[in-house]
Amino acid sequence: MGPPKKSAARVSEDPDELVRVPLQAVLLADSFTTKFRPITLERPKVLLPLVNVPMIDYTLTWLESAGVEEVFVFCCSHSKQVISYLEKSEWFSQPNFTVTTIESQNSVSAGDALRVIYERNVLFVTLKVHGDFVLINGDTVSNMSLTQALIEHKERKKKDSNAVMTMIIKHSKTNPAIHQSRLGTDELFMAIDPNTKQLLYYEDKADHSKGTLHLDKSLLVDNPSLSLHHDKQDCYIDICSPEVLSLFTDNFDYQHLRRHFVKGLLVDDIMGYKIFVHEIHSDYAARIDNFRSYDTVSKDIIHRWTYPLVPDAMNFGNTAMKLERQGMYRASEILQSQSAVVGPFTVIGSGTKIGNHTKISNSVIGEGCKIGSNVVIEGCYIWDNITIEDGCKLQHAIVCNGVIIKSGAVLEPGVVLSFKVVVGPEFVVPPYSKVSLLQQPIEEDSDEELEYADSTSAIGSQVDKSDVEIASEVDKTHFSPVSELGMGGAGHVWSTCEGGHEEEWRHSVAPIPKDKILEAIKTMEDDMELTHDGSFLPLSGELKPNSNDSDDDDHEDSKEDSYYFEKEVEATFLRAVHENIQESHLNLEINSLKLSYNKLTADCAGAVFYAMMKFALDTPHSSADSLLKNVQLVFTKWKQVLTTYLIDIDDQIEIILKFEEMCSESAKEFAPLFTKILHHLYNEDVVNEDAILSWEDEKKDADEADKVFVKQAQKLIQWLKEAPEEDDDE
Amino acid sequence: MPDVQTLVNEFLNQLKKRKIEGSQATAKQTAELLRSVISQQRVPHTNQTTALINAVRAVGEQLIAANPVELAVGNIVRRVLHIIREEDLSLATAAMAGLGVSAASDDEDDVERGENSVLSAAVVAAAARSTLRPPSLQTLLEDTSESAAAPHTSSSGGESDGRSRSVEKGSKSRKLKHDVLEAVNELIQDISTCYEQIAEQAVEHIHHNEVILTLGSSNTVLEFLYAAKEKQRSFKVFVAEGAPRYQGHLLAKELAARGLQTTIITDSAVFAMISRVNMVIVGAHAVMANGGVIAPVGLNMVALAAQRHAVPFVVLAGSHKLCPLYPHNPEVLLNELRSPSELLDFGEFSDCMDSASGTGSLHVVNPTFDYVPPKLVSLFITDTGGHNPSYVYRLIADYYSADDLVVKRRPTTGS
Repeated sequence: MGPPKKSAARVSEDPDELVRVPLQAVLLADSFTTKFRPITLERPKVLLPLVNVPMIDYTLTWLESAGVEEVFVFCCSHSKQVISYLEKSEWFSQPNFTVTTIESQNSVSAGDALRVIYERNVLFVTLKVHGDFVLINGDTVSNMSLTQALIEHKERKKKDSNAVMTMIIKHSKTNPAIHQSRLGTDELFMAIDPNTKQLLYYEDKADHSKGTLHLDKSLLVDNPSLSLHHDKQDCYIDICSPEVLSLFTDNFDYQHLRRHFVKGLLVDDIMGYKIFVHEIHSDYAARIDNFRSYDTVSKDIIHRWTYPLVPDAMNFGNTAMKLERQGMYRASEILQSQSAVVGPFTVIGSGTKIGNHTKISNSVIGEGCKIGSNVVIEGCYIWDNITIEDGCKLQHAIVCNGVIIKSGAVLEPGVVLSFKVVVGPEFVVPPYSKVSLLQQPIEEDSDEELEYADSTSAIGSQVDKSDVEIASEVDKTHFSPVSELGMGGAGHVWSTCEGGHEEEWRHSVAPIPKDKILEAIKTMEDDMELTHDGSFLPLSGELKPNSNDSDDDDHEDSKEDSYYFEKEVEATFLRAVHENIQESHLNLEINSLKLSYNKLTADCAGAVFYAMMKFALDTPHSSADSLLKNVQLVFTKWKQVLTTYLIDIDDQIEIILKFEEMCSESAKEFAPLFTKILHHLYNEDVVNEDAILSWEDEKKDADEADKVFVKQAQKLIQWLKEAPEEDDDE
Repeated sequence: MPDVQTLVNEFLNQLKKRKIEGSQATAKQTAELLRSVISQQRVPHTNQTTALINAVRAVGEQLIAANPVELAVGNIVRRVLHIIREEDLSLATAAMAGLGVSAASDDEDDVERGENSVLSAAVVAAAARSTLRPPSLQTLLEDTSESAAAPHTSSSGGESDGRSRSVEKGSKSRKLKHDVLEAVNELIQDISTCYEQIAEQAVEHIHHNEVILTLGSSNTVLEFLYAAKEKQRSFKVFVAEGAPRYQGHLLAKELAARGLQTTIITDSAVFAMISRVNMVIVGAHAVMANGGVIAPVGLNMVALAAQRHAVPFVVLAGSHKLCPLYPHNPEVLLNELRSPSELLDFGEFSDCMDSASGTGSLHVVNPTFDYVPPKLVSLFITDTGGHNPSYVYRLIADYYSADDLVVKRRPTTGS
């Protein structure tokens, strides 16, 4: 079990000796999102305490125990804080475990971070990423064993050099009513090949309103079997081959690991890179993405799913926690009044004082807090050095370091109080409000791309500037007697523009309100009534392409479809004629019809031609000559519409066939004019001679009855056949 | 030679991450670590005992805190402290004797030594101490049993003792350290051979055509049963599987591979089967000072069933499992709650644990240990022989000194 000597590993470059290369990990100490605002304006997300231990410690502890020997911590916003924290911690002095920090100020996404690492990889030998590495965010909690996943990854890599990544997934049911996992992330749809475990489809932003999911047909064609899951949770732990770094550099527009990189690889089959999944069963892994997952993961830790990463074992030089009955964790040196009631599943840090008749349940309380008498705390996350005066009521809130809550104040569910906020006496903080000493950044636009907008770095640097500024701001607010937070309060209540009021409950620490669930269940039931069979999709199942049945259906469908399609095109054309719509607009409309009926261009050409002829026929005419004139008029005006669909010779043949059909069936008036109109079409360049000739060719073996029009056009064909020769003569 | 601190840190880390399992492995590693701590400790000319004790305590305190539930760590730390005290005492009495009776007594001492040259230094010390206190039954017993059972303890210790004894006081420090290291080496030896010593007694307890019941898996039990089988005893074994970790399956597999007739039953079937059982033989996690046993979860139930049907309940425990603390001591952590994933599949039940959406609030508790009160235990079989639960306190008095029960240097402030 001895640590492999690094020098030895470098000397033996034998590819079979890959195992001896020390396992490395890239830890992104920045989530590149704004979900934890306003807290993350002052402190990086990875340093936020999760059950009184900074998140990054969970990640590093796991990496260390999973056998990773070298970790590159990529710091971006608040990089100074992260680095100084790591320097003070014991992580730099571990045997067989090296932690190296990489600092970058201008990365705004995970993609940028990996590009920076790639660049440094090329430049500095010391930062070399040798082989496979684990890519993880600094906010992931796990106790899984990597061995099996690594072995699988390496074996696949040996067989197929395009298997660049193994994603770790875990079985976890989503709530069908609100389409949300217990971690507060959106419902995730994955298609996985059950045999090879290859990931074929990944969609985390599915549109629930329709209740349908679109899979590319080729997925079903190319894969003998695939299983579609929506009960898997993405753990955001990836085992990557070194190629991943260069892929990010090649595709400089990749930003998000999942939305761009994974989907990009899945859609783009030119390079043929493949992603595989590894499912963990008894192990735990989850990423803290939003306040809801902060709450859920905290509870999982308290319930010991993350064993041995549990409070009584995770004491990093702090005083030891002790687990008491009913999941109560208590540090030493707690001053608790006899009459105080501390309920189950509560963690209390050392040096905390709890006053008389105070009730605490399902909460995490940090170190050095002073909690007064008659306080009710329920489901809250209270960090370090917080003063809560008498008679306060706190429900499902996150309270950051140094906050003072004056007597009688009430925090409604979902409140987030950032650092050093002061809540005035008897003040009620409304539900879901976020309060910070810092002003809300103004330049927010509720765009999807906000998460990567440069505001992150701008604000990050602004905050990094100095604490002095913040302090002065604090002073300012202190002096104002009445602030937004009552008498003597300090802080700004952020208006909720991101996501809007509707979605607040989805990502909050507070439990989902009952009425929201009822509402969601109701809409779900309505949806079910709409669907014919009313049956649910099974949670996961294998879909095998059963080609026979569907083909028959297709046939009948397509016949009817064609009819409706022609009708629609005709109606559109007539409308265009009567309302004088521009040709390009008409084309657009027909194109959309083509897409919705799933037709080929040849079908369009036929339909448009039919519509035009029909229109010419319906225009009042006295004799065959005037009919011909009508046709000529129509074609001069609308030829453009038709020619856009005449891309190749087949489309033109289709027109001729269509014309033939019309002449013999629906519009016999054209029959005597067949040759003339055909000639006209030829002159107008709607059909060229090759088309006419191959049409004749096709008709050679047909019945006599079908040859009527060929014979009629014989003269024209003859002429056409001679014409090239003349050209040649010249 | 690596730095002691890095060794300590590494071991601490392993303890914290719960990477070492089994009290024997833990005990052995702790003893080895303490040996290197002692050997690298610089000893001042005066007060070397205190210096050694403080060094061991400093490390020991950290080790105990790293995994308080693994009592073997604390046991070994206290054993080593005891060894240091005993060696110091034996040197002191020797010096006193030297001062009082002049050089002539040296011969006398040597003669006594010659007789007991096989004895460990600790035993000698105990014997020396026995002049000051009434003799303990154990020392009397040990004098004979040890000399028969452990002829391998070479005379080198005695020799060096004898040699260095004549050296003057200046080199006493080196001698003390040397003696302590010798004794710790013996302790390590004892820990690694405790299986054999326990297994040797198997024939006396297991008879022909008996039915033995055990729960979970224990190496000691495995060796014990196998030793009886080796001695041509034919008997049947029932193995209760030991949910939720099902280590009983492994034990059953191993037993069957060694040719024992083995039957697996569920834990819940123990009561139904107990009437057919002649003896229950189990391993333990720790034996407390009152004779109570901390053992894998489910054993209290087995003990109660055995008592109901008057079936002897025999606990096998190496001497490193003897803990000088009482189960009601506040600093004793009796249990460890492991991950609930051993019980049920997280994914399958994840919707029952989604407290946020109010669909469920399922809690799962997975304790590792049970406490079996002393009155349910019929017999302890340790490497020094079989003992009654009420006798455990005497064993503890022999292995530990009362000054070391609290390893923490600072007195704990009341909570």
